Amino acid sequence: MRKKFEEQLSTLNDEMIRMGTMIEENIQKAIDSLVKNDIEMAKDIMEKDELVDKKQKEIETLCFHLLIQQQPVARDLRVITAAMKMVTDMERIGDHAADISEMTLFLADKDRNPTYDTLLKMAAEASVMLIQSIDAYTKKDREQAREVIAHDDVVDALFCDVKRELVELIRSNPDSGEQEIDLLMVAKYLERIGDHATNIAEWVIYSLDDRIRTEE
Amino acid sequence: MSGTVKISVRDLNLYYGENHALKNINMDICEREITALIGPSGCGKSTFLKTLNRMNDLVENVRITGQICLDGQDIYDKKLDTTVLREKVGMVFQQPNPFPMSIYDNIAYGPRVHGIRDRRVLDGIVEESLKGAAIWDEVKDRLKTSALGLSGGQQQRICIARALAVKPSVLLMDEPTSALDPVSTSKIEDLMEELKKQYTIVIVTHNMQQALRVSDKTAFFLVGDMVEYADTKTLFSYPQDKRTESYITGRFG
Repeated sequence: MRKKFEEQLSTLNDEMIRMGTMIEENIQKAIDSLVKNDIEMAKDIMEKDELVDKKQKEIETLCFHLLIQQQPVARDLRVITAAMKMVTDMERIGDHAADISEMTLFLADKDRNPTYDTLLKMAAEASVMLIQSIDAYTKKDREQAREVIAHDDVVDALFCDVKRELVELIRSNPDSGEQEIDLLMVAKYLERIGDHATNIAEWVIYSLDDRIRTEE
Repeated sequence: MSGTVKISVRDLNLYYGENHALKNINMDICEREITALIGPSGCGKSTFLKTLNRMNDLVENVRITGQICLDGQDIYDKKLDTTVLREKVGMVFQQPNPFPMSIYDNIAYGPRVHGIRDRRVLDGIVEESLKGAAIWDEVKDRLKTSALGLSGGQQQRICIARALAVKPSVLLMDEPTSALDPVSTSKIEDLMEELKKQYTIVIVTHNMQQALRVSDKTAFFLVGDMVEYADTKTLFSYPQDKRTESYITGRFG
């Protein structure tokens, strides 16, 4: 019974992992290209964002087919609608990776101050949130989703650290203000990635929820 | 549960000989709502539907305990006339079953049984019932022709009109659209939406999307138990019992 449906749900899981992997790589490379001042890599990331958008549309189409063919109810319906909502957040994360790469291009011809430690830490933490939120979806792990949501505070705190450091830099060398502001933008994109990962984790919890919600 | 209770079922048990077909059913069916009964074949949902107008009385070896009250009156009361009960509680079956007579006579049959002879009164009832069943416009010029010449969907609406002709307050429908095409099904579903303004409807359906589309409340039956009874949207979104979830998501049944 429901063999085809199970196969389709498993395909959906695989595709979600694939899209998650794509954007996680893009974030990593975007940060790498920033730190290494690698213009080619940055341009490559911006181009690859199209593939992320394409994957989003593929997953949405798959979800539409599942809704039409299987007319799912109860948890099946929540799992599929959650996926449709999640890919929107995932696509936005992909956009932010491209945004960071754009900053790399802006910063390319500037005399750069090489203190990226906190920013790198922030990128790592935001990536972990993303990976774990997708993992929680595919493994149907409510606890892991909750951990992701709690972890957003870590990324937010790191954002404040980066901001403080950048303010200090501007204070010590007011002439380089523009590049610090560009770097603050990068930090803000990373902070937003954390927010989108939080949204994803919230959809995971929704998809697993079997309690009646009173209308809010 | 909101709404005025039309039918209240208390500790209902039904046995076909040794077979315990309905087990301790407790349920309130609300007035002017559509209540859907779902569950796999043999779960007792049709048997339950038939207890609501005592159609099971005719089955051999049947034993029923517990109480069913319609408007507060016990319908299994020995003094109650089943003809009067079935006047109040009409029924529509899976296969359209018009009598082999004219459209007019199909509708006038019930009122005639109840002693109405006046032609003008009968004309009024026939027109009103056919309009109520949303088929008047399609048959008004051929009332004297045989009902058997109509399409399946039209025949089913004739059967609904026939049920309406004796002015019931409850309509029982046992898979009323399972023999119909999607267009006829859609017409019957629209009609149910209209009818529920005046009638209390209980429908047995194997089509879960139909239960979702038309009903206010849904009861899930399984081997004689009523496993879960809730607002339809709630039952299909957040089933509280594992067995309900397994059934509605197609894991068994």
